[in-house]
Amino acid sequence: MAAENLNAFITRERIQPLDEGPLSGTTVALKDNISTAGLRTTCGSATLDGYVPPYEATVVTRLREAGATIVGKTNMDEFGMGTTTETSAFGVTDNPSAPGHVPGGSSGGSAAAVAAGEADVALGSDTGGSIRCPAAFCGVVGIKPTYGVVSRYGLIAYANSLEQIGPLAPTVEAAAETLGVIAGADPHDATTRDRALGDLAAAAGEAPEDLTIGIPAELLTDATASIRARFETAIAALRDRGATIRELSLPSVEPAVQAYYVIAMSEASSNLARFDGVRYGVGGGAEAGWNESFARAREEGFGPEVKRRVLLGTYALSAGYHDRYYKKAQDARAWIQQEFAQQFEEVDLLASPTMPVLPFARGEGLEDPLALYQADANTVPVNLADLPALSVPIGSVDGLPVGMQLIGPQFAERLLVQAGGMVERAV
Amino acid sequence: MEDHVDAEAVRHVASLARVDLDEDEIAEFAAQFEEILESFAVLDDVPVVESEDQLENVMRPDEISEGLSQEEALANAPETEDGMFIGPRVG
Repeated sequence: MAAENLNAFITRERIQPLDEGPLSGTTVALKDNISTAGLRTTCGSATLDGYVPPYEATVVTRLREAGATIVGKTNMDEFGMGTTTETSAFGVTDNPSAPGHVPGGSSGGSAAAVAAGEADVALGSDTGGSIRCPAAFCGVVGIKPTYGVVSRYGLIAYANSLEQIGPLAPTVEAAAETLGVIAGADPHDATTRDRALGDLAAAAGEAPEDLTIGIPAELLTDATASIRARFETAIAALRDRGATIRELSLPSVEPAVQAYYVIAMSEASSNLARFDGVRYGVGGGAEAGWNESFARAREEGFGPEVKRRVLLGTYALSAGYHDRYYKKAQDARAWIQQEFAQQFEEVDLLASPTMPVLPFARGEGLEDPLALYQADANTVPVNLADLPALSVPIGSVDGLPVGMQLIGPQFAERLLVQAGGMVERAV
Repeated sequence: MEDHVDAEAVRHVASLARVDLDEDEIAEFAAQFEEILESFAVLDDVPVVESEDQLENVMRPDEISEGLSQEEALANAPETEDGMFIGPRVG
């Protein structure tokens, strides 16, 4: 498919490497919420159409120091708010692995660019599944790192307590190598942790020993029958390769979608307050008073999904509703964290279908926001629990890609990569 | 504890959030918000668990380092004058 028809990129421009290294000769596409000094960074929003960051995100510097060449900025749901890349102010992106269908979201342009060979690897960001969903829908590999493994300095924030930058690539090895380059403590992001993850690229070829994989029943029930069948075939292949499979229950994930949306919307309502049209973004005019100017700038600059989330987040934090929504969502988050920690005393990794549904036909999902939010059921628990997870392709159903999600304990990226490589070889 | 979300409630929250909405958006959001907020009711049944506080202070020396120049800081502003942002009128 011709790249122009795909619309994977909002801006195509090369940024040269700073040095030679493991990524010399590798082309990398960046989601357009990752700041590139001197190159516009839009977040898929009309309000940042002309925004040119004065500084570079830490991940971009690390890629360039490792020899990578940046080839452009990829399309995304506006501010990362979506599951289809259709809320972008810069048009929809097609799915090169399933033409006529959405590429998933919100890092849909990054997944499409990799799937179409427009870049060797790409970076996305994952707040509630925004790397893993498009990886699954486009038939590529995506990794959401443990919270704190990758610096968020220069990532334009949507929901700080949930999001991480991570790689998308055609293979587990390429994704792991890129993660190894961008990971590590950063004085510019106090939430980064100084933890050695080992040689991630080499891990893709290593067979994990005595691997026990748990399958939470709650993450299977909502998957379509065809996805379940595909998933069970892949699990059987892992069992044939010596993995022990154990079915288990994780009741805390039942309210995860609701807890996720309350927390993400609340953080978004605060984060997006910075777009007031004075320092950057669409201006609301200096003639009106402050509140009028601010409200006008945001009416003009934000699309419907962003308004919906900013308003619902404002509502959830407002007097009289804070305890009922935000505080209860934080209780749910603590419960989910505790249950995952308990399960990881019994099993090494957890597995599920990445998405309970196949890629939507373009235009199919946007009418009913609540139904679309439910599609995130299997990915959001991972962000709420600050865990690492990987999506790896396990074939297709009716020509549409299906992904398996592997979830690990905090900082178990190396084991996840080993197991991801095992899935790749098994299916 | 059911809340009815009407146009007035949407206008109120839009005003708190400083986002203007047109009448069509208000009508659409009122219907959607009611449905979405109803779905959040599942949170009422979430148990309170003992959780360990994972937060720790991260300290660094307070050293002067290079920041943005005035020109860089102003470069993306819709309107500037004499090295300053132009904001809306106050009062």
